[in-house]
Amino acid sequence: MIDMSQFYTTADHFSIIPAVMLALFACAILLFDFLVFPDPRQRKFLLIFVVLAELFTGFGLYRQSVWLAANSVPELSGFGGTITVDGFAIFFNWIFLVAAIIVAVASYKYLEVAGEHHGEYYALMLFAQCGMYFLATGTDLITLFIGLELMALCFYVMVGFLRSDRRSNEAALKYLILGAFSSGFLVYGFSVMYGMAGSTKLSYIASAIQQRPPWDPMVFLALTTTSVGLLFKISAVPFHMWAPDAYEGAPTTVTAYLSVGSTAASMAFLLRIFLGPLASARDVWEPLLSVIAVLTLTVGNLAAINQTNIKRLLAYSSISHAGYMLLGLIAGNDTGINGIAVYVMVYTFMNLGALLVVVAMRRANIIGEDLDDLAGLVHKNPWYAFLMLIFLLSLAGIPPTAGFLGKYYIFLSLIQTKHFALAVIATLYVAVAIYYYFKIVRSMFNREADAQAPALAGSFGLRFALGLSGVATLGIGLYPEPFLRFAQTSLFR
Amino acid sequence: MDQHLLSIILLTPLAGLAVLLFIPGAHKDLIRLWANLVGLAGFLISLPLVSRFQAGKPGYQFEERAEWIPTLGANYHIGIDGISLLLIMLTTLMGCVAILCSWNAIQDRVKEYYAMFLLLQTGMIGVFLSLDFFLFYVFWELVLVPMYFIIGVWGGPRKLYAAIKFFLYTLAGSVLMLLGILTLYFAHFKQFGSYTFEISELMKLNLPLGTQQWVFWAFFIGFAIKVPMFPFHTWLPDAHVEAPTAGSVILAAVLLKMGTYGFLRFSLTLLPKASMDQTIVQILAILSIVGIIYGALVSLMQADWKKLIAYSSVSHLGFCTLGIFSMNPNGIAGSVLQQVNHGISTGMLFLVIGIIYERRHTREIKEYGGLAHVMPKFAIIFAIAMLSSAGLPLLNGFVGEFTIMQGAFEANPIWAAFAVTGVILGAAYLLWLYQRTMLGQVTNGKNLTIPDMTAREVALFVPLIAWSIWIGIYPKPYFDILRQPVAEIVERVRPGYFGGAVQNAAIPVAPRTGGGQ
Repeated sequence: MIDMSQFYTTADHFSIIPAVMLALFACAILLFDFLVFPDPRQRKFLLIFVVLAELFTGFGLYRQSVWLAANSVPELSGFGGTITVDGFAIFFNWIFLVAAIIVAVASYKYLEVAGEHHGEYYALMLFAQCGMYFLATGTDLITLFIGLELMALCFYVMVGFLRSDRRSNEAALKYLILGAFSSGFLVYGFSVMYGMAGSTKLSYIASAIQQRPPWDPMVFLALTTTSVGLLFKISAVPFHMWAPDAYEGAPTTVTAYLSVGSTAASMAFLLRIFLGPLASARDVWEPLLSVIAVLTLTVGNLAAINQTNIKRLLAYSSISHAGYMLLGLIAGNDTGINGIAVYVMVYTFMNLGALLVVVAMRRANIIGEDLDDLAGLVHKNPWYAFLMLIFLLSLAGIPPTAGFLGKYYIFLSLIQTKHFALAVIATLYVAVAIYYYFKIVRSMFNREADAQAPALAGSFGLRFALGLSGVATLGIGLYPEPFLRFAQTSLFR
Repeated sequence: MDQHLLSIILLTPLAGLAVLLFIPGAHKDLIRLWANLVGLAGFLISLPLVSRFQAGKPGYQFEERAEWIPTLGANYHIGIDGISLLLIMLTTLMGCVAILCSWNAIQDRVKEYYAMFLLLQTGMIGVFLSLDFFLFYVFWELVLVPMYFIIGVWGGPRKLYAAIKFFLYTLAGSVLMLLGILTLYFAHFKQFGSYTFEISELMKLNLPLGTQQWVFWAFFIGFAIKVPMFPFHTWLPDAHVEAPTAGSVILAAVLLKMGTYGFLRFSLTLLPKASMDQTIVQILAILSIVGIIYGALVSLMQADWKKLIAYSSVSHLGFCTLGIFSMNPNGIAGSVLQQVNHGISTGMLFLVIGIIYERRHTREIKEYGGLAHVMPKFAIIFAIAMLSSAGLPLLNGFVGEFTIMQGAFEANPIWAAFAVTGVILGAAYLLWLYQRTMLGQVTNGKNLTIPDMTAREVALFVPLIAWSIWIGIYPKPYFDILRQPVAEIVERVRPGYFGGAVQNAAIPVAPRTGGGQ
């Protein structure tokens, strides 16, 4: 008889309890969907499971942070150091939680209109979030990789969720193939790291790399291959090709979840790797990432200008936002890392909001993704139009909206670390960004509405999600103090 | 009430906006009435500032401070000195006038229009009140959005182009300014160990000249685009021509002053070494003079009434910046006064154009001629506005320009010699405009039946004309108000300028002998 308690201690349990909750409820959804809700119209009641799951997850996160504060330790580790729950992980998990709730409650009407409202959708969302949990908490290559693949697999399926839509299928396939390819690079990098350290734990790898000179070829090999995988996930140029297609083809609610949840989780993952094992090779990756960040900003912003499909436009804008976040890592000081946390937080609300307005445009026979579909929105649905205006201003970084604070921290960190050229480039792209964001504004405010177009089929959930995003986007901008303090808890070490 | 007077002034338009949102869009007249009441209330409530403001008292008055974002060191800190007092009075009055002049001109989407206007009003007042750089930046950017919509939705045929051009130009400038702000913010942290955006705290910084120069250029781009100084002026004619009348009035009267105010409040006081750097001063003075002459020459060539006035703004704002970079009490005091003057007189000129445009729907100068026979009231008011802009003695423009000339002459007589040609050219294009549109015989039959101004339209001009005559005849109170803040700025930029003696700003009461007429 083996004593199980040494393999699964209370600390272990405590360190993964939110993920356990997510997985359990996801399984419950699969089961209940099959047994209890055969009628598609009732499937929206599955939302109760999502909300419950998030409540339990949130409670777990809350207990973890209370425990950290009560014992005044920076981190709680489980499973022999493969899981580390620290302020950083808890912060990012709250973001995933908020993103998942907002997207879930906004989804049902959209899926019903698209004729693809299945219980698996919610289960996949929760499983993806479970993967994100391990991306933010993992401090071991295997854990991180499993987390990444769990998240990515769910997204591959969700991107192709509109089975009868060729765009959706194509997007899913493209995302899958490119994603698998990038995972290959990532695993190759991981194997090199393992080769150097003889361990999969990030801390061992960090000390192994530290003992080598920064320009060691093995370190360089590990760095470049790992970076390809990581940069692919945050859709940095030149690994961004999948993003516009996946964003456009995916159901818009999935686009929203993908653009926020996947980006935030991948950003957490990227920070864990670059500030952990690769920290001592900063001299090597800083110039590399600087070039990539500038490229990302350039391609993202310039390519967005000519888009007529809003989802594609927002895809390119997401690419440029990834560039801004990378700049925070390049600065690399506390302000920069804190800035990434703030950026991810505000980006969650504003990008979700903007994409949910596109979700609201979907009605019978109208896909609602083109600039033309938003024409005259202010006449017909002024609330949607003004909310969209707030989200777009925030995405561009105009005060007093939340987006300004994200950019503020990034710019400040660049100034502090004397990256003046990068700072000037980054600020000037704000002006470029406003141009394409205001193409949407122009369509909403300056054009006449198509009188024949059917009215919007908003749902309570969607309105709630939009309202929450809008209030957060404006509220964080006007009174950011509590949110900034919360973001500061994410600083690790 | 005194402790919160400024907050009340700041929030009045916003409160009015909140109520306005609850009025159903179909009740157009009710919306108009309410917006006008709010505009009027905004002006009336700012009047106590004038009576309670103590001229000559150092520092800021009516100060208010509350914690806002301690993590960043940004506070809600507002207060005024003589310079901001004048600009706030200009803002509240012009806001009131601009709202009133839109009564008939705006028939479409009335509710959104007034909502944008009230938001704009709050933003502009906030810019002039803020004593915290972060707060200032928020208001500075806040102004862009409603102005974009005012031009872009209710503007002329090329409104979209003009609106986005306005937005992009000013935004590009202001984000670079933000980098300058952050540099100061971080430098303060390095020197004093705390993060703050307080202007009074940032003034304690002791920065090397090199850093100051970089920050100065960052600020310069932000402010110069706003003013706009040559060669950053190209957005202005487009924005002015396409904007609705009220938009042009506010743009010329108040928005441009945000740039000059920025120079005074931030560039000069926070970066005194760079501001006195001879290369920088020379460059800025030359750009100002080029702006004066270029703006005037281009105005002479215009066939479009509104574009002519738009380019005249470039010229007149050149005087304002020239005054600032003379770096002496006369230059700076004259510059502030001229900012107010330009607000009044160019505001009036745009109102004049709006009135004629509502009747004839064209701004081609050659479409008009001999209007004085048809519209006598209009002709008189236009004459006063035009003469006030041209700088006729006994009207406001003269006082400002004269004082600036004094300052410029003190700094460098050659500057004054070049700048004075701008006065002559200014008189030329304005008088020629008047001659072509108002005098002679009515050549175009369509003009024979134009109705003269209504009582509401005359009412728009009454306060402005009264104000311009007051400044023209008795400008002493203005110089009294300006003496102390201007002395503080000069003392800051050129320590020891006054040699410790109490400064006595020159008050131009002697009539000018040569010059512009």
